[in-house]
Amino acid sequence: MADSIRDPPAENTDFQELEDGEDLLPESAAARESQPASLPAVDISTKTNGPKQDSLFDEDTEDLFAEATEEVSLDSPERDVLLSEGPSPAITPITPPISVITPRIGHAHDDMFTHSSFDEIEEEDGGDSFDIHISVSDPEKVGDGMNAYMAYKVTTKTSMSLFRQKDFSVKRRFSDFLGLHSKLASKYLHIGYIVPPAPEKSIVGMTKVKVGKEDQSSNEFVEKRRSALERYLMRTVKHPILLKDPDVLQFLESSELPRAVNTQALSSAGILRMVNKAADAVNKMTIKMNESDAWFEEKQQHFENLDAQLRKLHASVESLVCHRKELSVNTAQFAKSAAMLGNSEDHTALSRALSQLAEVEEKIDQLHQDQANADFYLFSELLGDYVRLITSVKGVFDQRMKTWQKWQDSQMLLQKKREAEAKLQFTNKPDKLQQTKDEIKELEGKVQQGERDFEQISKTIRKEVSRFEKERVKDFKMIIVKYLESLVQTQQQLIKYWEAFLPEAKAIS
Amino acid sequence: MMEEVKDASSFLSVQVHNIKVTEVLQDGDSLTFIIVSQKLSGTGEFHVDRTYEDFEWLQQHLFSQEDVPGIQGVIFPPLPARLQVNPSSKALKHLGFLGLGEWQPYCKALEAFLRQVAAHSVLSKNRAVEIFLTSSDPPGRQKVKKNIFNRLSQAVEEMRKEGHKDVDDFFQTKRDHNFLLTGYTKMASEKFLDVVLTEQKIAVACGHFSTALHLCVEQGENPEKQDFSQVCVKLSEVFNSIKKSMTSTAMNDMNSLGLGLDLETRYQEAEKEMLFRRTCKLVELQNATKNADKAKPVKKAVMEEAKKATETEFRQICEVAKKEIIQLESKHVETLKQALVQWCEKQLLTAKESAEVYSQHLQTFKRMQ
Repeated sequence: MADSIRDPPAENTDFQELEDGEDLLPESAAARESQPASLPAVDISTKTNGPKQDSLFDEDTEDLFAEATEEVSLDSPERDVLLSEGPSPAITPITPPISVITPRIGHAHDDMFTHSSFDEIEEEDGGDSFDIHISVSDPEKVGDGMNAYMAYKVTTKTSMSLFRQKDFSVKRRFSDFLGLHSKLASKYLHIGYIVPPAPEKSIVGMTKVKVGKEDQSSNEFVEKRRSALERYLMRTVKHPILLKDPDVLQFLESSELPRAVNTQALSSAGILRMVNKAADAVNKMTIKMNESDAWFEEKQQHFENLDAQLRKLHASVESLVCHRKELSVNTAQFAKSAAMLGNSEDHTALSRALSQLAEVEEKIDQLHQDQANADFYLFSELLGDYVRLITSVKGVFDQRMKTWQKWQDSQMLLQKKREAEAKLQFTNKPDKLQQTKDEIKELEGKVQQGERDFEQISKTIRKEVSRFEKERVKDFKMIIVKYLESLVQTQQQLIKYWEAFLPEAKAIS
Repeated sequence: MMEEVKDASSFLSVQVHNIKVTEVLQDGDSLTFIIVSQKLSGTGEFHVDRTYEDFEWLQQHLFSQEDVPGIQGVIFPPLPARLQVNPSSKALKHLGFLGLGEWQPYCKALEAFLRQVAAHSVLSKNRAVEIFLTSSDPPGRQKVKKNIFNRLSQAVEEMRKEGHKDVDDFFQTKRDHNFLLTGYTKMASEKFLDVVLTEQKIAVACGHFSTALHLCVEQGENPEKQDFSQVCVKLSEVFNSIKKSMTSTAMNDMNSLGLGLDLETRYQEAEKEMLFRRTCKLVELQNATKNADKAKPVKKAVMEEAKKATETEFRQICEVAKKEIIQLESKHVETLKQALVQWCEKQLLTAKESAEVYSQHLQTFKRMQ
């Protein structure tokens, strides 16, 4: 399908099934599964248009994506069409038709749509300011034994017109989140958007939950995961492009979501992914890019450094969390020993004071636990999130290199064809000559497209990096404020406890 | 150098309650303690320097006062274990709280020892105490005659006497109670030490985090970079404050309740030793009585003499012991009260200071947004 775009007048058999304008919409949703929206399907004005088939779809449906190279009206009602038609868009299959997906692997179809249209989406503030809050709550075990899973309630509260309601919830399971991330990554990573990574799988953690261990460590695991899922969704919707992605909207709004199958750990799709990852790693080593833009070189170095520093910080905080937990345990033990001492003490006032001491220490133990949680959930997880986010950032830089490589490859191929053409001029093979001339024409288009793609991805990355750096500051500040508030609160509690204990101690006589 | 020490009825020429161990001087592997005490009459101070051996010399003199009636009934103020310059981990564990900090808890413990000795009605009469506190020359370092008291830990064969049933309810109760209390106090002291050590670990971890944050400061003109750098610097300051707060908390713990629990533990062990000595004397008396009763007429008179002497000793010991026990009990209450009050006041102060500092940081960050 990707190739079809590059041919100006399209004659692709791939599109035969999509000829019927009527069927176009559900299928185009399928197309959207694997590619970025062919037409920026965002209506950010407050009008809601009914299903409309406007000029976008009336034209030559074989050349579905011809418009992709032109400016697209932002009033496109397409998105509304997608959501409001028929029963929930659960119709949208998770695995798109093969014809759509197969050409994908190894290709970049960033040319499916104009990036410029995305730019406009970003710049257009529209009627809505960013006002959305997502919470993940009420983890609930569904099923029994090894087929059991945790269902989480995802609640969205928003005043944005992007959504049909202001306050709504759906039930999702972990693989749904992974499925969402997988879709977003396949759509946006290769054109330079930093897609927030999904929380990590944990076979050990989940097995405990499945087996039904109701102990502290499995409760902690569930809480840790719940918190991670919440942060993941908030980070995703904070991205102005991702927020408007139909998959994201569907994830948040639709009551039924088809099961994401290719997230299973050892599935064939999983293995395919691993193979691709390995191939990528090899490719990365062999791509030697002529970096003409110092900004990119500097930024890449910068992110390498940041990665190392954040990992160090993360390790440091983990050590701190560990010690705090130890302090809580020790405090509890001391409290017990103080209680025993108080019990065996003859002197009444001293005995009472020692018992009070034991109680104070128990309360302080609780404070230590709360503080350890703050250390963990605020800092440790924040730093962990950013370490993973930077992996995504590095991925995006890699994609740029790949895009460049593709462009260079096309250029080399064009050069060869030209040489071949030159040779054929002296032979009497008009057919071959014509064929070569056609191929040259095709390649020239490819080269042009390749250059455009490269420029676009470079531009996108610059913007994304800037956005990342802004977000980073905001994120850290917010977490730090929360942390300081918890510190202040802890100290004030301590003050209360000591003030209550002092008269008891003084009363010993 | 003093050759011998007479047991004169001289009292001390120093004020007892403010004897101070002000400094520790290190010379290679040896430590010297500077002891300052105030003159009783007029103004002026005594400054003396003593090593741990000098402390041991003093203790030996106190132990070996055979002619003081009932001396075995005295609960001897416990001398802290020897402090080494580079202690092994076993030695450190043995020292407990006294091994922490920059030797300050240890100095405080030595101070307490001297004050207790100087305040003791019987012990302060020993010339050795006056010499120790006031003589500019180091007291004699030759070995005094052997300590007549069998330290509990050494007298393994005597251990079975520990459980020997008493003839006196008062003492039986005291022995049972002491046994319990010693165990619990020791455990509380050890658990509290664990708390303090962990607090110190947290302080160190905060320090590391604070330093690591400085590495995140980025050079560059662009405002986002500068913003982030500023965030890192300010956060580094926050963690530095947390480190200071934790360090203070640990210090407060060490210097008040920690020291108090440590002293209590050692005093209870001293009481245990005294009670054991009395029990041994009781066993001796019961044996002497049996022997006197069973003695053949030829030996009878001698046996009776021996029995009477032992009886007197035992009676004297019990008298002294009773007084000592009662005194210790009120001291024990006073020690713990002081420790608890001091500890609570210090922690309250630290908590208030920390709350203030954190609030300021919070304001700074809120303003930054």
